[in-house]
Amino acid sequence: MAEASKAVADSRANLPFVYRQYSPEQLKEVLYKMYLIRRFEEGAEESYMRGLIHGTMHLSIGQEASAMGICMPLTDDDQITSTHRGHGHCIAKGAEVKRMFAEFFGKTSGYCKGRGGSMHIADVAKGNLGANGIVGGGIPIAVGAALSAKKMKTGKVVVSFFGDGANNEGAFHEALNMAAVWKLPVIFVCENNGYGMSTSTARSTAVKNIAERAAAYSMPGVIVNGNIFSEVAEASHKAVERARAGEGPTLIESKTYRHRGHSKSDRNRYRTKEEIEDWMSNRDPITLFENEMRDFGFIDDQGIQSIRDAVAKEIAEGIEFAKASESPDIRDILNYVYTEQA
Amino acid sequence: MDTTPRELSYAQAIQEAMAIAMEADERVFLMGEDIGVYGGAFQVTGDLVERFGTDRVMDTPISELGGAGVAVGAAVTGMRPIFEFQFSDFATLGMEQIVNQAAKMRYMLGGEVSVPVVMRFPAGSGTGAAAQHSQSLEAWLGHVPGLKVIQPATPYDAKGMLLAAVADPDPVMIFEHKLLYKMKGPVPEGHYTVPIGKADIRREGRDLTIVATSIMVHKALEAAAALEAEGIDIEVIDLRSIRPMDKQTIIDSVKKTSRLMCVYEAVKTLGIGAEVSAMIAESDAFDFLDAPIVRLGGAETPIPYNPDLEKATVPQVPGIIAAARDLAKGAR
Repeated sequence: MAEASKAVADSRANLPFVYRQYSPEQLKEVLYKMYLIRRFEEGAEESYMRGLIHGTMHLSIGQEASAMGICMPLTDDDQITSTHRGHGHCIAKGAEVKRMFAEFFGKTSGYCKGRGGSMHIADVAKGNLGANGIVGGGIPIAVGAALSAKKMKTGKVVVSFFGDGANNEGAFHEALNMAAVWKLPVIFVCENNGYGMSTSTARSTAVKNIAERAAAYSMPGVIVNGNIFSEVAEASHKAVERARAGEGPTLIESKTYRHRGHSKSDRNRYRTKEEIEDWMSNRDPITLFENEMRDFGFIDDQGIQSIRDAVAKEIAEGIEFAKASESPDIRDILNYVYTEQA
Repeated sequence: MDTTPRELSYAQAIQEAMAIAMEADERVFLMGEDIGVYGGAFQVTGDLVERFGTDRVMDTPISELGGAGVAVGAAVTGMRPIFEFQFSDFATLGMEQIVNQAAKMRYMLGGEVSVPVVMRFPAGSGTGAAAQHSQSLEAWLGHVPGLKVIQPATPYDAKGMLLAAVADPDPVMIFEHKLLYKMKGPVPEGHYTVPIGKADIRREGRDLTIVATSIMVHKALEAAAALEAEGIDIEVIDLRSIRPMDKQTIIDSVKKTSRLMCVYEAVKTLGIGAEVSAMIAESDAFDFLDAPIVRLGGAETPIPYNPDLEKATVPQVPGIIAAARDLAKGAR
């Protein structure tokens, strides 16, 4: 048995990080969750088109490897703060899609009991302190959570997800500085999808790579291809190890792309069809990971199909759960503004 | 035996409250700019760093937005931070975290978290610090559901309300008038709380109700004492908490006196006086009014530097006396 596993290990020695680090079952679970993120957002989009849900939403389709890779080394005790484009982070951190759909549908069974909607989904039990409607709003909060971890010696690590747009907010700079000064167990993850709404990073940001800004705060700045799961996961592992060892924060720039527009109002006038098509056809993170797993013999076509089928089932059931759930009672409109006290 | 109650200054009372809170609960810690060895811009934290160390009396960089956010993040994850803004004017720099995050997080998350953060704001004019270091912005924050906003006017209340704030599961914003820091008053030793959301009748009277906040409570009391000689009997209510507001105490008082005047330092329009007046106009006390409601508030201007101009910008005792005398005409 020991020899057999050694043989397996040897056969993986030259493969990328995650294939050495994780079992085939774990990696299949990753593929499952990447599909779950994709289909969740497609399901939400379709429900919106059909008028079943209102408001707006910011889809992360095309960024699934980034969310999954970063969350890979995290435990349920570790915490994240997320963004307006946060469905992927939420699922990657362990949320149930049925309760996410229920939140979209504004139902009491939703994660925020229908009070938050797409932009505020949180799952505190799994360590997700919440998406955030304010660009950069979650970054200082993550630093505060990391300060708690350090003060209470919980060993927790906190990840703050944000986009390229947030790197020009003052909150980003203030938060990174404090995290470095106090050597806090926090990882700053900039998912650079190229555009803050319509404004490209080239037009908005003085540095070529956002990771370069880490130098200003004396922390490692790491650039990864955000569409390659293994690259993201490897960088996250290193940063988590560093944070847990008390060596302080890391800034990871995960370069990726959103296939969809910024939100439902986006007419996509700031980028070309060819550019979008190129990312969708040649650099789709799910296709890349799926092909890699198949090439390395971690999964076969039948295995892929069964994952897709299982995801489709979970999504359909999630939407049904949301539809069947109860709406909040209007008489409860003032609930949760303040903590109920005896 | 000396039975004179112990006296502390308003600043000492706050400092003692923070020390008691930190002694009692290791989750409580202080954050702010220059609150460590410097002792705080107004010496409110004083020497606490010597007693509790730099981990619990944390100097922050000059980063109000980030610092407020760190306090919010620490609060939702199990700590009990008390964050000092060096001047209440700097709330403008931290507004995002106060208004969009601290105030709304519990609601947005459907009650899954509480945000037990306390923020302290040295406020008000009278120090010659001019327009950017003298404002009274409490009504800004009072407008935001999810926050609690208080203005203790005495050393006794400063200590008791701060201890109530630390024990409160929700974000509590404390506006402390800088001119009160040196005022002395009786302060019991040990732990006690003064409830948030309860006004205090500082002086009972029959002819006229003055609802005042913070330093204006003392000016109103001075005016009331002066008018006593003229036979005018004024009731002075110290509002203490502007969110939640103790409406009933005001309503009951107005029903008794039939005359209402609001005195507050913040800019007069769209402020606490408007809220109190409108609340009374909407209540069954309206029918008891025998005269139009009077508001005395700050002038519609930034706080000027020149000391005479600065004084003229906010209500002073002679003005309160004149306005109260006028309003009380025909009473009884």
